[in-house]
Amino acid sequence: MITLFLVKSLDRTIIIAVAILLALAVLVPALNLLTAPDHPLHVPIYLVSLFGKYLTYALLALALDLVWGFCGILSLGHAAFFALGGYAMGMYLMRQIGARGSYGNPLLPDFMVFLNWKELPWFWYGFDMFWFAALMVVLVPGLLAFVFGWFAFRSRVNGVYLSIITQAMTYALLLAFFRNDMGFGGNNGLTDFKDILGFNIQAAGTRTALFAASALALATSLVITSGIVRSKFGKVLVALRDAESRTRFLGYRVEHMKLFAFTVSAMMAGVAGALYVPQVGIINPGEFAPGNSIEVVIWTAVGGRGTLVGPIIGAILVNGGKSIFTAAFPEFWLFALGGLFVLVTLFLPKGVVGTFQQYLARRRAYCVAARKNEEAELAAAEPTAAE
Amino acid sequence: MTEKKPRSLLYLDGVSVSFDGFKALNSLSFVVEPGELRAIIGPNGAGKTTMMDIITGKTRPDEGEVFFKGGIDLTNKDEAEIAQLGIGRKFQKPTVFESHTVWDNLELALNRSRGVFATLFYRLTGEDKARIEEILSTVRLTARRDDPAADLSHGQKQWLEIGMLLAQEPELLLVDEPVAGMTDAETTETAVLLKEIAKTRSVVVVEHDMGFIRDLGVKVTCLAEGSVLAEGSIDFVSNDAKVIENYLGR
Repeated sequence: MITLFLVKSLDRTIIIAVAILLALAVLVPALNLLTAPDHPLHVPIYLVSLFGKYLTYALLALALDLVWGFCGILSLGHAAFFALGGYAMGMYLMRQIGARGSYGNPLLPDFMVFLNWKELPWFWYGFDMFWFAALMVVLVPGLLAFVFGWFAFRSRVNGVYLSIITQAMTYALLLAFFRNDMGFGGNNGLTDFKDILGFNIQAAGTRTALFAASALALATSLVITSGIVRSKFGKVLVALRDAESRTRFLGYRVEHMKLFAFTVSAMMAGVAGALYVPQVGIINPGEFAPGNSIEVVIWTAVGGRGTLVGPIIGAILVNGGKSIFTAAFPEFWLFALGGLFVLVTLFLPKGVVGTFQQYLARRRAYCVAARKNEEAELAAAEPTAAE
Repeated sequence: MTEKKPRSLLYLDGVSVSFDGFKALNSLSFVVEPGELRAIIGPNGAGKTTMMDIITGKTRPDEGEVFFKGGIDLTNKDEAEIAQLGIGRKFQKPTVFESHTVWDNLELALNRSRGVFATLFYRLTGEDKARIEEILSTVRLTARRDDPAADLSHGQKQWLEIGMLLAQEPELLLVDEPVAGMTDAETTETAVLLKEIAKTRSVVVVEHDMGFIRDLGVKVTCLAEGSVLAEGSIDFVSNDAKVIENYLGR
């Protein structure tokens, strides 16, 4: 059953994309670790981490595309799930510091000692174990999405109203995580990480491994998402996106369908956040900022919503542009981003990938029509030739 | 009335509903027998669409009883549940899934389990395939099976939607203005198709086109101001003084 589901998920674009990601997962670490720094093919470590970060953004955009592109839920709060996954990973990394913090407390992270806390809050228990933290990375965002979606979809909150409450959700979390007594490091967040799974987080080996893990996570999620959207369930998602009440009158429980997609998407966003944090070395409440979630929407729109590789390409293009732009003309980046969104909405409503696919489809239809015409001409010419 | 309940397929008694003080239905009572084809006429605002909304669970009645297949109370169920019980509905405006192909539209409508995991791991069996092909030929869309529904003409969309209702295998079919915007030829064909469908299930048709209703040749119910004005054959109803005054015009 599962294998059939996975086999069905593969079409040419997905196979190519997965192959590229797997090749990157092997090649980039190899080019960093096995070549001398002055070798022309050497990939400097800062670039490895930078592109690793882009891959986690791409995973976040893919997660958003599952709900926005295929299910019509414009979530303006997806960065919240990303940040929650990041915090779960951050808590594990904090507990790995142990007695090496500035205050040398073997149990309490530095910020708790600074706040004069005497014991570890209950919700920090278990985060010294990687498997537990890894479980929380998917469970916490998944649970929040499930509860949030349960109420929102059951009350049939749709369209703009839904977008607004997702935005309110991430804003509420932003304010909550800013408070020191929440127990997540307040304003400063969690940082000064030392080890992950016993490996030094600054070492080139660890950072290339994190890059490879990001590429693998993205490839796996791509296959899963593709399996979902190509199944009959995926067809129901598109159906309810286009005509929700019609889908209901066919007997589908629309709220269950949306809830499943929304929860899976939140879990993927959580994984993205968990891979992001060790690569950038910090997680703070700023990740919950409403603007972050809106940026994810822009990446997805630029790449092409409703296509699977679109959001991945969009996230890498826009963030690559951001890295170059903010270094060259820092004050103009926001104008460029805003302008980009306006231009894409006006001239490329299907995004880069969607427009390209449309072009291919049109050319194919043109070729088919041309062949038919030729055949018809031949058929018309034949009787005269026979005479 | 109570002894009639177990035998009839659909049973509405004393149903009233009002929107912001406007009484859309005023203690409406209405019975459909198994295997019956029934036409409903009435002026705008008579409550025809509201009645369908009540039966399919889109609107809840303020008072009154709605029973399906004898004992199933429809007033406490939602759209998806009622659809799964076997009531299909066709809207006035054809609503098909435009970005899906004709084939996928029918596959989605097919009467199979509709849960999240059942659809996630669904496999098109030979039986389902044969059923879809059969419906495609019934609604004459075999040649368009791989085209997106958006590319169909208005009449073809209406037919696709009727095909989707067939795929749903309902016991009761509610059809709202099936021939609106159709050519005369299409209208005649649709009457034939509906009569064909009514052989195996009950059908309720709401229509304004009197010629079409005459083609159907069935029992007619005339609604006005939220309740039944007259019921009987088309000739009986169209000669009724109240119907002429309210609907057909003097």
